[in-house]
Amino acid sequence: MGARGLIVFFSLSLSLSLYLSGCGERQRAETPAPNPKPGAVGLEPAHGDTVVEGSIGEATNLIPMLASDSASHNIAGLIINGLVKYDKDVRLVGDLAESWEVSQGGLQITFKLHRNVRWHDRHPFTAHDVLFGFQTIINPATPTAYAEDFRQVKKAEVIDDYTFRVTYEKPFAPALSSWGNLVVLPKHLLEGKDVTKSDLARRPIGTGPYRFKEWISRDRVILEANPDYFEGRPFIDRYVIRVIPDLATMFLELKAGGLDLMGLTPIQYKRQTDDPFFRDNFSKYRYLANAYTYLGYNLLEPKFQDKRVRQALTYAIDKDEIIKVVLLGLGAPATGPYKPGLWFYNPNVKNYPHDPAKALALLKEAGWADRDSDGILDKDGQPFEFTVITNEGNALRHRTAVIIQERLKKIGIRIKIRVIEWSAFINEFIDKKDFEATILGWTTGFEPDQYDIWHSSKTGKKELNFISYKNPEVDELLEAGRRTFEQEKRKAIYGRFQEILAEEQPYAFLYVPEALPIVHARIHGIEPSPLGISYNFHRWYVPKESQKYGRVALLP
Amino acid sequence: MLSYLARRTLTLIPLLFGITLVSFLVIHLAPGSPIDVLADLNPKMTAEAKQRLITYYGLDKPLHERYWQWLRRFLALDFGVSFSADRRAVMDKIKEALPITITINVLSLLLIFLVAVPIGAYSASHLYSTFDKVLTVFVYIGFAIPTFWLALLTLILFSVQLEWLPISGLSSLDYPQLSLAGKMWDLVSHLILPVLLSAFSGLAGLSRYMRGSMLEVMRQEYITAARSKGLSEAEVIYKHALRNALLPVVTILGLSVPGLIGGSVIFEQIFGIPGMGRLFFTGVMSRDYPLVMGILTIGAFLTLLGNLLADVSYAIVDPRIRRGGAG
Repeated sequence: MGARGLIVFFSLSLSLSLYLSGCGERQRAETPAPNPKPGAVGLEPAHGDTVVEGSIGEATNLIPMLASDSASHNIAGLIINGLVKYDKDVRLVGDLAESWEVSQGGLQITFKLHRNVRWHDRHPFTAHDVLFGFQTIINPATPTAYAEDFRQVKKAEVIDDYTFRVTYEKPFAPALSSWGNLVVLPKHLLEGKDVTKSDLARRPIGTGPYRFKEWISRDRVILEANPDYFEGRPFIDRYVIRVIPDLATMFLELKAGGLDLMGLTPIQYKRQTDDPFFRDNFSKYRYLANAYTYLGYNLLEPKFQDKRVRQALTYAIDKDEIIKVVLLGLGAPATGPYKPGLWFYNPNVKNYPHDPAKALALLKEAGWADRDSDGILDKDGQPFEFTVITNEGNALRHRTAVIIQERLKKIGIRIKIRVIEWSAFINEFIDKKDFEATILGWTTGFEPDQYDIWHSSKTGKKELNFISYKNPEVDELLEAGRRTFEQEKRKAIYGRFQEILAEEQPYAFLYVPEALPIVHARIHGIEPSPLGISYNFHRWYVPKESQKYGRVALLP
Repeated sequence: MLSYLARRTLTLIPLLFGITLVSFLVIHLAPGSPIDVLADLNPKMTAEAKQRLITYYGLDKPLHERYWQWLRRFLALDFGVSFSADRRAVMDKIKEALPITITINVLSLLLIFLVAVPIGAYSASHLYSTFDKVLTVFVYIGFAIPTFWLALLTLILFSVQLEWLPISGLSSLDYPQLSLAGKMWDLVSHLILPVLLSAFSGLAGLSRYMRGSMLEVMRQEYITAARSKGLSEAEVIYKHALRNALLPVVTILGLSVPGLIGGSVIFEQIFGIPGMGRLFFTGVMSRDYPLVMGILTIGAFLTLLGNLLADVSYAIVDPRIRRGGAG
């Protein structure tokens, strides 16, 4: 649902609770008979039914440019379309834009818009709405986290009602994906008003497959199908998202039939849903999440400046072991800053299988050996020890740190682990570069540009290249990747970028966790992709005979 | 009496300001700021964008100026707008959550009184009997057991296995279509477990207090006098001892007033109840200063009001307090 680049891999979203619910399974009268899995023949798509999803957090604001939480974006994504979106194979395709043309060497993008689109209040959608959205997002008075991509625009203009053109200062390839639903606002409802005080934040009007129906604060949001959706009326009549802040309660609610869809924790996926009741009534999915966890070294520290030392540390760490213990096997080793399966992911980079002997050899080359036989490697009389910091409230990172500590101890490196409250962690340690090594994560998007994290110009205080990584070739690649819109060229550029990172190991890239959604088996039409499962929600359906909630009367 | 009341009320005003000042300082001392969620480790957030947000939220002004601004709005009974992305008025948010929390707390307080008073009275009048010991163990179990664990167990039993009660939230999906009786039952059934469980964990305190108070009274001479008059044991206990023992217990009610608006984060989390506990908790975690200040101020106000009511009612029954205050 739109490109949001890299945002903070926020600790709450993946901190897993380990409540055990011990209860036997029972078949219930009201649950449908065992269904064939999705994709079986003879189950005609039908209109009707309701899908109820559980969420631990509540949406805050349904105007996408004003929200920064995933709950808000998930809901707004069903109500509000962008100009472009990602298809199943993570390629940008038109959404409200029928097509677009990049001209003048990448400086200009001209969008041709669909002509028959109406806002949910029947008002026609035109290029003026896009221009209005653009003007709102770059307005300094708008408190948004997403303005930067749009500040690169030199000129935005409406050519006619269905043609919109933007001109950039310099070619900026990541810009194309930014024309998602962040910048489409109903001008007829907002013109001359303060967007932060608008009702639309809680009663949005969009062009999307679902219309807003009701929001009961901190309890649920209800959407219903838009019968006039320009891509055709969605099958599921109603979508309800319920806020249940406790994952154990949410799981019980799923079991009791109150929810049709939720994200499982690894332990729920592996141990608590592996019985006939769940096999008959639910379908489980797993796909790599848009995130990875890493061990990052402060490269201003002399001992981490030698590439061989960093390579040795990666050899000494057993990534598979971390995945097995921390994620119960539900994840993949990370080899670079992108998740496997995307078009720009390069699988052929230098690999570091767990190999303590090789690690020791490399360390010896770099001058580290146990000269005083105290079990700790040393060089110039200094023992090899350092402190790894990570943030409070993320059990996965803490456990990862403990496993790494154990592995490094075996080759004679002593590490201390320090867990610090988030604000202090960022403000006092990361921003001030006052750390030796840190375990952190990034969320990644579907756009390969990572200029802000790896470019040498971003090593200042409070900037994101806080490990102070500097490599002229990487700088050049990151700049080139921003200049070209051609996918093949970009693939080559970012492929090389990954090779360099794999060779240099500025981070020990650790793992990519998996997202583990579970969906009631009566729901069909789900086609998992690297995007997840919800990207084609408007094509999901429940065959007539297994509908649970029936039809909802929709006003035209 | 009137002058006593006026004096007491007047002293509350500087006290309330003192409380708001200290609260304001303390929440600003905590590390972090409301823009952290947006700005920390966010590549799309440049220094200028961050600065714009800081200005937008007024975080660039010195602390005393911010407090003064808050105070001026507060004097006009305006708690300002939440720093969360929804930009809603703090008062609206509190108004949504407060009735829910008060309902649950009043119900559970009532239940605690209804159950704890007889338990305490019985334990005291049958001191060291088997039943006294059983009850003591029972209430301490309620006190000691981790509530989140018990809550999950009861959910598994009553909601998942037996399917008698709903699991979370305050109303079902089909609530708007239900008949009036159906709506009533829907609400009641959602409240049963949260109210029962919070009452269970609160039994110990009050029943032990009641037991102690009852024992105290039983030692009084007028009880011996009542017995020597030849009254039956039941009459002695329920007519003379119980009434007198209840007095100190009832004053606890006054002290419970501020507690009524504070929801339990743990219960609200597990039962998915949109009450004050969760509102305050998320407010603190996201450094939503106006929201936190709003809730703290209302809490402080109610605490002071509760104290005032308790003092005034003491003054009404005991003239010495009035005179002592005047002297």
